[in-house]
Amino acid sequence: MKFFRSINRYFRDALRSVIRNFSLSLASISCITITLVVVALSIVLSVNVDAMTKHVSSNISIVAFLKEEFNATNDKESFETELRKLDNINEIKFKSKKEYAEETKEIDDRFSLIVDSWTDESIPLLDSYEITVKDIELIDDTASKIKGMNFVYTINYGEDYIDSVIKIFDVIEKVCIGGVIALILVTAFLISNTIKLAIFSRKTEIEIMRLVGASNISIKIPFLIEGSFIGILGSIIPIVLMAYGYNTFFNYFGNNLFPASFGSLVSPYPFIFYGAGILLIIGLLVGMFGSSTAVKKYLKI
Amino acid sequence: MDLIRMTDVQKTYKTGTVALYDVDLTISKGEFVFIIGASGSGKSTLIKMLYREEKPDKGSIMIGGINVAKLKDRKVYILRRKIGVVFQDFKLLPRMTVYENVAFAMEVFSYDKKKIHNRVMEVLELVGLKGKVRQYPNQLSGGEQQRVVIARAIVNNPKLLICDEPTGNLDPDTSMGIMKVLEDINKMGTTIVMTTHNRDIVNKMKKRVVVLNEGKIVQDYERGKYYEVL
Repeated sequence: MKFFRSINRYFRDALRSVIRNFSLSLASISCITITLVVVALSIVLSVNVDAMTKHVSSNISIVAFLKEEFNATNDKESFETELRKLDNINEIKFKSKKEYAEETKEIDDRFSLIVDSWTDESIPLLDSYEITVKDIELIDDTASKIKGMNFVYTINYGEDYIDSVIKIFDVIEKVCIGGVIALILVTAFLISNTIKLAIFSRKTEIEIMRLVGASNISIKIPFLIEGSFIGILGSIIPIVLMAYGYNTFFNYFGNNLFPASFGSLVSPYPFIFYGAGILLIIGLLVGMFGSSTAVKKYLKI
Repeated sequence: MDLIRMTDVQKTYKTGTVALYDVDLTISKGEFVFIIGASGSGKSTLIKMLYREEKPDKGSIMIGGINVAKLKDRKVYILRRKIGVVFQDFKLLPRMTVYENVAFAMEVFSYDKKKIHNRVMEVLELVGLKGKVRQYPNQLSGGEQQRVVIARAIVNNPKLLICDEPTGNLDPDTSMGIMKVLEDINKMGTTIVMTTHNRDIVNKMKKRVVVLNEGKIVQDYERGKYYEVL
């Protein structure tokens, strides 16, 4: 009973002081709101960049064209075994010159005429393997190993293009994460200062609580609850903005924002739920941390 | 039986000022003790040590079995629950009513509402403020505010009531009214230690008087008068 009365009192006091010190609470709340809006943008950006990186990576393959002397019936098995011995190989797919010819035929009528003039033996194309890798970062190494293999005439993969795209994505992601961490630290500091101001006006209150024999922990708990209220209130606007904003953005642009090879934007569901959860937790923790450091100052003698 | 026993207490502030030097003081249960002395004589420091707002550099302070000198910051509340403190500048919460200000001291213990109500009304009657429970501190006179502070200080039945110049801001008649309340509380068994500058009060009350000068106890009279010491 006594325990519940205490809990009840802690919540009542916390709520009361958020309302009584409204202007200062508002300062702390806006501080959290602004940061969390930026954090929300960073989350949206980095999640999408991450998805794009994965999409692009999974679609990158090395095409190895084989020399004329490669005989599909005799050499295929031994070549594949040798290929599989390389570490980084994910899937391999054989494509004969005949298949290429069929594909070329379908481009338009003129190509079709040319291809029809070839006989099976005189097709001036090469057999090939399409190879996907496990780790895209090691693609250069794998490519050069394949190039050195027997029967391989030449290989083809978008070296420069892929490299720079992946590097850019990597940088964007790191900047986002770094930015989010820096922002959170700065906000925690700002909030602890704002709450310090708020608590300064209640110095007498804390002093009297101490005088009448309130233990430090029971003085601290209402302030912690107050901090988390402020954190939760501060995260409402960012959450609403992110949920509605991203949903609208997605519906408006959907798959058309980038070239198809980059894939599409991450679907808003369940992404915005996770995002909202993350924002709420960040707000809550930052608010609690801020008020806990602020109140500590007045609990010393 | 001793309630307070200070032995060889010494306190030097960071600035180098020696506030107390070699203080030995014993106060028994139920006593009423005045601590007097000029400004800067160390009486505020001495009284702050009693409720552990200051820590001595040397010596021991035993209050009701608690070694105050060795009490950790986070354990201070254990001492504070056994004592009541009254200040010259009241320290009331302006946004709370008289009733709430007094009840505040009991809510710390999470008593149930009914118990709090009964006790708060009881002490407010004792200090003569039963008719003003719904008023705010700024609607009261100085003497009435000090009565609220006294009510708050005694609401948890402390063994010791510490008063730091409780009449410092009050006119002579009001001061005597406050002293009457304190005397009544003392008669009910609460030990009172009080600092003051007020000559009339000391002379009229005829209680024990401890005189401090430059951080040392220079006189200790059983039934002192102000003219005897200054």
